[in-house]
Amino acid sequence: MPSGTVSHGASGRLRGLFLVMVLVFLEGSVFTVAVASSDQHSPTTAHSGGHKATDHGSHNNTGKAFPVLDLNYENVRVPFEISLWVLLASLMKLGFHLVPHLSNIVPESCLLIVVGLLVGGIIRGTGETVPPVMDSKLFFYILLPPIILDAGYFLPIRPFMENLGTILIFAVVGTLWNAFFVGGLLYGVCQIGTETSSILSRIGLLQCLLFGSIISAVDPVAVLAVFEEIHINELLHILVFGESLLNDAVTVVLYHLFEEFSGIGSVTLLKGFLGVISFFVVALGGVLVGVLYGILAAFTSRFTSHTRVIEPLFVFLYSYMAYLSAEIFHLSGIMALIACGAVMRPYVEANISHKSHTTIKYFLKMWSSVSETLIFIFLGVATVAGPHDWNWTFVTVTVILCLVARVIGVVGLTFIINKFRIVKLTTKDQFIIAYGGLRGAIAFSLGFLLKKEHFPEREIFLTAIITVIFFTVFVQGMTIKPLVELLAVKKKQEAKRSINEEIHTQFLDHLLTGIEDICGHYGHHHWKDKLNRFNKKYVKKCLIAGERSKEPQLIAFYHKMEMKQAIQLVESGGGIKMPSAVPSTVSMQNIQPRPPTKPAPERAIPQLSKNKEEEIRKILRTNLQRTRQRLRSYNRHTLVADPYEDGLSDLFLKKQKMFQIEKKPASNKVPMIQVDLASPQSPDSVNLLDEFGQANQQEEEEQGLMMKPPSRPREAKKPSEEDEAKDPQKLMRCLSDPGPSADEDEDGAFLP
Amino acid sequence: MGSSSSISSAHLLRLYDRFESLDRDNRGCLSPDDFEALGGLAMNPIGGRIMEAFFSSGQDTVDFSSFVRILAHFRPTDRNRNKEGAQQELPSSRTRKLKFAFQLYDMDRDGKISREELLQVLRAMLGLQVTEEQLQSIAERAIQEADLDKDDAISFDEFKKSLEKTDIDTKMSVSFLK
Repeated sequence: MPSGTVSHGASGRLRGLFLVMVLVFLEGSVFTVAVASSDQHSPTTAHSGGHKATDHGSHNNTGKAFPVLDLNYENVRVPFEISLWVLLASLMKLGFHLVPHLSNIVPESCLLIVVGLLVGGIIRGTGETVPPVMDSKLFFYILLPPIILDAGYFLPIRPFMENLGTILIFAVVGTLWNAFFVGGLLYGVCQIGTETSSILSRIGLLQCLLFGSIISAVDPVAVLAVFEEIHINELLHILVFGESLLNDAVTVVLYHLFEEFSGIGSVTLLKGFLGVISFFVVALGGVLVGVLYGILAAFTSRFTSHTRVIEPLFVFLYSYMAYLSAEIFHLSGIMALIACGAVMRPYVEANISHKSHTTIKYFLKMWSSVSETLIFIFLGVATVAGPHDWNWTFVTVTVILCLVARVIGVVGLTFIINKFRIVKLTTKDQFIIAYGGLRGAIAFSLGFLLKKEHFPEREIFLTAIITVIFFTVFVQGMTIKPLVELLAVKKKQEAKRSINEEIHTQFLDHLLTGIEDICGHYGHHHWKDKLNRFNKKYVKKCLIAGERSKEPQLIAFYHKMEMKQAIQLVESGGGIKMPSAVPSTVSMQNIQPRPPTKPAPERAIPQLSKNKEEEIRKILRTNLQRTRQRLRSYNRHTLVADPYEDGLSDLFLKKQKMFQIEKKPASNKVPMIQVDLASPQSPDSVNLLDEFGQANQQEEEEQGLMMKPPSRPREAKKPSEEDEAKDPQKLMRCLSDPGPSADEDEDGAFLP
Repeated sequence: MGSSSSISSAHLLRLYDRFESLDRDNRGCLSPDDFEALGGLAMNPIGGRIMEAFFSSGQDTVDFSSFVRILAHFRPTDRNRNKEGAQQELPSSRTRKLKFAFQLYDMDRDGKISREELLQVLRAMLGLQVTEEQLQSIAERAIQEADLDKDDAISFDEFKKSLEKTDIDTKMSVSFLK
């Protein structure tokens, strides 16, 4: 993980750590002062308000001088505190990676909870009341959606669909089993027993079942946080993660069901039946809402070619609206969000520009990372704050029952599932699935939402929930990594898909479809093929702008690969051979710039041989001549021309050229291909170039992107040595930001 | 029969029913027209090649045993029988499946996929949506990536290597044939 910091010396790291600590102390003290002064300051503002009113008429009051420096905290209090919290969270993240070895042993989620405990302790220690940060509204409407959207947008569709049956069974049947098992047995334990059960025996069956349904849901945030760091193989990851996402529908239904029932107090068979129906409504309704918004988003993105700046905003807005709309009707917001992200992604990505794509990626990762950090910190704070009622029996029985229920559930379900799977789940897999069933903040927030009137034992519940969360996150979270190593579970393969794999995979898809046709068996491939045909024929035409709707996936994939390679080529300084696949590990928490393939300590001008330089100059010169004629007036809504997007076509030229030069010095007749990317205006994506880089005059029509920075007063005829030499450097600088290199996300998910 | 290339009797029966339903003129063997009557196969870009795989060795009819033998390539292998519980595919079944796929590429059976053969496959799959130059460049790049011994063609080993990350056993299995 922290490969980027290896190069720093130990002293550098310690220095950084010290600075972070100082910052944190400063911030912490400001925070407590802020919290304290918020109470003291209200009389002062009232006083000054009154004073200003009386000053109106008479100038007799010459007492107070004009306040040159005034302190008014009340106005900025709320945004200030929010920013402080977010700043604290981000500094914590920084700090963890500076401490050597810590992030290898302890998962970040544990550390963040500890930090939250500390902060809560400090606040309580200074005598203030701890702010109720874990407000359910805040959690469900602000903190949770970015994480889910990030997960849904980058969901690897292929493995998800392939294992959908298994995931659904785990999510639905598994959660139901857990809920009833835990709830029922807990009720039994409460009824029998010692004298403390006089408190416990008041807890009714429905309350126990409600508690069971809250506690039994595997939490996506916790799973993501822990599984990100252990790099487990894709199958297990998607099973546990998919389960954590899809069980939201079950949790929502059970929660509302039992809440209703315990409010009313009577259960009838009809209500039970309605409960079952409502499950389907909640789940399918959520998905439907998500799909609708996804299609809307895709359709909108078709027309954004002139306003590229706000493209990412549409993605975020539509997804958030999908979530909120689902919440209006008490449908499953999480499923809506996942469906929206997954549906809109292929179409939106075909429509938007490359920069918007990077923006979306970066923003999603940033928001979800910050959200996750905040959630864990708040959990810690809420633990210190929240009203607690510790009941030994209840808590220990809950923890034990949760573990037992999970294990039995997983083993039992796998036994059934394996009868239908081609790739069976082994014991090791089952262990990891059972062990990875972490509970998290969703359970806590749901518990927090309970109303005191219906649930007098709310505090007992909350304490038990927090204990279970702590147990799973700390104990299971910390030990899962060594266990994975111990059991030698298959790790994630750093797969960078090659064009060969793509071709062969498509070939095999067709082959299998044909075989299934011959067998008369309407299997997996048959339906996938039908879906693809439908997609190609109708959907793509509506939702993708211009000519890209007809672009087959293989070509799109090929374009992407070429572009990546061109970028790598420039970064590595005009490297000779094709850069081989660079494995890139990305987690939500560890976005680090990918170390360049050839380590270049300073971004020096690459050492190119003489005739290559000459070629580059020639190409750049000819292209410069053309593009200089496209000066338009500056407008805030057009993007400043980025050499990135423009220069890429040059890069292709350069790359092809250099490749040709390297490979076949003799032949002159190989045609070269310039590929135009994401520019819907150029209908035919292929221009023919001959070896001397004289492109056709086809790109005059590019709109919307085109201001050339006025600081390029170059003469076309005689570019000075220096300027030309600066160009590769300039390009390299612009391209030196590699962006979150989640290559496998893009490639894998893009093609179903 | 415990070997992994045979099909259980229940499934054999199902396959026989299917064979009979395909065999429209009830001659006890299948001819190319019977295959072509399958609409899905006609729309399939490599439908023709699949058909030819059945009619190997120059005959123009397929009897039931050859039918079964070809389809047995797609039988899901039972991994759990593996004694040490390892999750790998049985190497022999994987190789056999890959060999079958390889032969669909390599129409002239010279043991290599030449550039022209690759181009043909690409043309069939991508159809009229792309230009010839794009096809050429894709084929060029594919060969560059996979061709380790620089003979400008993809041999079976190179083919296997380029698919080493793909789970062939799962991909090339039809549960119908268990």
